[in-house]
Formats: sequence, C-alpha cells, structure tokens
Amino acid sequence: MDFISKVFELFSTEKYMDMIFKGLGTTLSITVVATIIGLVLGVIVAFVSIAPKSKVMSVFKAICKVYVTIIRGTPMALQLFIMAYVVFAIRGFPKFLTASIAFGINSGAYVAENIRAGILSVDIGQTEAGRALGLPYKATMLKIVIPQAIKNVIPAIGNELIALIKETSIVSMIGMYDLTNASKIIGSGNNMASYIVPMTVVALFYLAIVYLLTFVIKIIEKKLRASDRR
Amino acid sequence: MENRETILSVRGLKKSFDKLEVLRGIDLDVKEGEKIAIIGPSGCGKSTFLRCLNCMEDPTGGSIIFDGVDIADTKVDINIHRENIGMVFQQFNLFNNKTIIENIMLAPVYVQLKKLKKSKAYNRRIKISNLFRKAEDKKQPAIITETKKSIIKNAREQAERLLKQIGLEDKANVYPSTLSGGQKQRIAIIRALAMNPKVMLFDEPTSALDPEMVGEVLNLIKAVADEGMTMLIVTHEMGFAREVATRVLFMEEGKIAEEGTPTELFDNPKNPRTVQFLKAVL
Ligand SMILES: Nc1ncnc2c1ncn2[C@@H]1O[C@H](COP(=O)(O)OP(=O)(O)OP(=O)(O)O)[C@@H](O)[C@H]1O
Ligand SMILES: [Mg+2]
Repeated sequence: MDFISKVFELFSTEKYMDMIFKGLGTTLSITVVATIIGLVLGVIVAFVSIAPKSKVMSVFKAICKVYVTIIRGTPMALQLFIMAYVVFAIRGFPKFLTASIAFGINSGAYVAENIRAGILSVDIGQTEAGRALGLPYKATMLKIVIPQAIKNVIPAIGNELIALIKETSIVSMIGMYDLTNASKIIGSGNNMASYIVPMTVVALFYLAIVYLLTFVIKIIEKKLRASDRR
Repeated sequence: MENRETILSVRGLKKSFDKLEVLRGIDLDVKEGEKIAIIGPSGCGKSTFLRCLNCMEDPTGGSIIFDGVDIADTKVDINIHRENIGMVFQQFNLFNNKTIIENIMLAPVYVQLKKLKKSKAYNRRIKISNLFRKAEDKKQPAIITETKKSIIKNAREQAERLLKQIGLEDKANVYPSTLSGGQKQRIAIIRALAMNPKVMLFDEPTSALDPEMVGEVLNLIKAVADEGMTMLIVTHEMGFAREVATRVLFMEEGKIAEEGTPTELFDNPKNPRTVQFLKAVL
C-alpha cells in the first residue's frame, strides 16, 4: 500500500515530474544526436570498408579498421571518460555535446559493422550480373545491392538504437542529469525517502520507449518486406 | 567462316590468384557468328577464362582485343565494352529486388540515359563556346532525337517483345523468386540480349537446373545461336556442344589442350588427355 501511495505521490508532485522529464529530455536528446552522428559515421565507414581496393582507398580502409577495432574493443564508459576528461576537458564545454559525440562515435562503429554485414549478405552474383551488363560499380550498388541490403540492415540498426538509449544511462558518471540519474536524485531526497519507487517509475519509462521503438521498427520492416511481394 | 571478321582476339592470356596460376597462356581468335564450346575437367580454368573475357576477373597477363581495344588493359573503361559482351551465369543472378521487366530494362535504360546526358552536356558546352566563335567557325551541336520518356518506352517495348518470344509475357510484373529455374535462366538470357551484345558468354547455363528444365534453356540458346549470335559456352552438355558449336575447345590446366570442329574433337580426338576426358564424360 505504501508503495502505491508513494507512486501516486511521485506522479502528483510537480517537482518530481519536472525532474523526471528533465532527465528524460537529456536521455532522448543525447540519443537523437548520437544516432545522427552514428548513422553518418557508420554509412561512411561501411562504404569505405567495402569499396574496391585502390592505393588511396587502402589508407582510408586502414583508418576505418582501426576505428572500429578500438571502439568495439574498449568499454563505453571509458570512451565517455576520455571524451569528458581528455578530449573535451575544456571549461564550459557543454556536457551534452561531449556525451552526444562520445555515443555517436561509439554507435558509428556498430552501425558500420551492421551495414557492412548487410551489404556483404547480398549474393555476390547480384553485383556480378549488374557489372556484366555494363553498369558501373556505383550504379550497381545504388540500384541493386543497397535496396536488398536495407532489408537486412534496418532491424540491426533498430536494435543498435535501442541499445544506445539504455547505454546513455552511464552519463551520470560524468555528472549529467539524465533519466536514470533523476531516479537516484529523487530517491535520495528527504521527502520521497525511497529508491524503489522512482527507480521503478523510471524503469517503466525506459520500457515504454523501448517498446515503442520496437513497434516502429517492426512496422518499417513489414513495409520493406511488402515491397518485394514474395 | 574464314572471311568473317575477327571480333575477339586473345593473346597469351594469363590469370593467377595470388600464387595459384589458373590460366597459363591462352590464344584464341573468335570470328563473327562462331559458336565456341569450351569443355574440360573441373578446375581447369573454364570459368576463369570466360570471366576474363569481360574482365569480371582482371587478367594478370596477355591481351584481349575487342572492338579494336585491349580490354585487358585496366586503363580502358570496361563498362562501355561490357555493354557489348553479354554474360549468362550458372546461378541466373536475376536482380531479386526488381520485377522481371525491370530486370530486362534496367541496363538498357541506364546506359542510354547516360548517353543522353552526355550529349546534352556536350551541346551545352558547344552552345557556350560558340558565343566566342566567328559565324563560320561555329560548331554543330549533336542531334538528340531521344528523350528520357522515349528511351524508357523503347526499352519497355523491347523487353515485352523479348518476353513474348520466350512465351513469358505474363511474368513481366512478378519478382524472380516466383519463377522456376528454367524460367529464370531464360529471362537472364533475354536480359543479356536486350543490350544487343556482339558476343555472348555462357558459363554452364544449365548446370543449376533440374533435368526437366535443361531442354527449354538449351532450346533458347540454340535459337539465339541460329540468329547468328557469336557465343562462347562453357558446358558439360556434350550432345549440345556437338549440335550447336562450330568449334570445340578442350581446356586442361589453364591451357587449350586441343581444339577443332565437333566432329574432329568428339569423334577423332588427338590429345590423349582429350580421349581420357571424353571417355569419362560420355
Ligand atoms: N576468386 C578466386 N580466388 C582464388 N582461386 C580461384 C578463384 N576463382 C577460381 N579459383 C581457382 O581457379 C581454378 C580454376 O577455377 P575455375 O572456376 O575457372 O574452373 P572451372 O574449369 O570453371 O571448373 P568447374 O568445371 O568446376 O566450374 C580452381 O582451382 C579454383 O579454385
Ligand atoms: Mg566453372
């Protein structure tokens, strides 16, 4: 009973709701900005790493390989610390940007791998048939390979986005005020005097967002599949 | 056949994959209208040879003269030449994300739109540079009769005509996944024909087919051959090679070990390796 009345108290106290929504705002905006950075980076890196070999390309290919290896081989929290305390250790530099860039760069490596795998999963015969007809590499990619790869890539990128939202919860480690941190601060306040209540509520917020996203991705997937009327 | 024009001339063609030497010097002249069957044991380099002819694999040595140009030279724009060299694969390789008619129209439309764009750009340049020329020096712009619309319309009509010829006009708007293997391969053949190639390359066009579908594909190839198309066919169908080919090449270990008319090669082989191979497959 006590738990329910406390949940009620939390939802009816303006101060608490403000804190939760402020945290939610931080979580969502980091996620959105990081996703955009991640997608742009991921697409570039993926296309560099599958491009035909040439002298100039091999330099870029090497850079991309190092980037993906480092990002995937080190913990996210460490990458965030390096951004916050080394790269952007500038007084007054907005933490929001630090976090968005850190997560964007991290996400880019995973997105790149997803896109690369998606493109490689398209049968090489599709490319060969296009090239044999006289289509240049770029046209073959754009008209034949990428449309087929997208079906494989969208779900993977959706999962990456979901993972990203949850992962942003570590920004409290660099003193940011996100949804997760809001639950801790509300819980430690004298009036609430309970961690379990705000944390459960915040958990429900995360669950709702993830559920919504999963739903949207399913719809997009269905739309994509419908386009090839099997 | 002697006084026909040579359209493909291969000299000392070599291909290695890293250390593995697959083609070890191949010489071949292909005359217009010839139908050349290529036979030989598995792994002797038949596919590699065919794939070198349109540079799907870049040769590591030798030359391939086509249309007066050495296409083995990596500096030439291979795409222009590939438009004139049709290729049919063992695995059909129809574009899965395109309907049948889109499969057939894609390359012809793309190539012609590209040419249209080029002539338009050329005319724009002429127009500007003519401003600075005296009246008698003014250059004539290129005559453009096509529009984007007419290109697409013509390609569609051609595709429909080709589909009708093979009796698959009702499949125009379905996706490849709904077709049988034999149907897919016949579409792949007319897709290549839609580019009006000068040569067609077939790499075991019936090897991935169920036995009951081999006939329909061979019949189509035969029909294309009868129209005078120059072709090179890698095949294990000896009966078909004997019937359609004007010349048969027996390849072994990256070289042409023996060649001749079907009668010469099948009935009176000279090379003991040819004898051995024919004994095993016939
Ligand atoms: N991309 C490649 N990389 C490395 N080795 C290759 C490659 N393609 C072919 N080879 C090798 O080259 C040799 C000749 O292969 P190829 O496919 O030309 O033979 P084939 O005569 O067509 O055989 P089959 O009758 O089985 O189709 C084989 O040993 C093969 O393993
Ligand atoms: Mg082969």
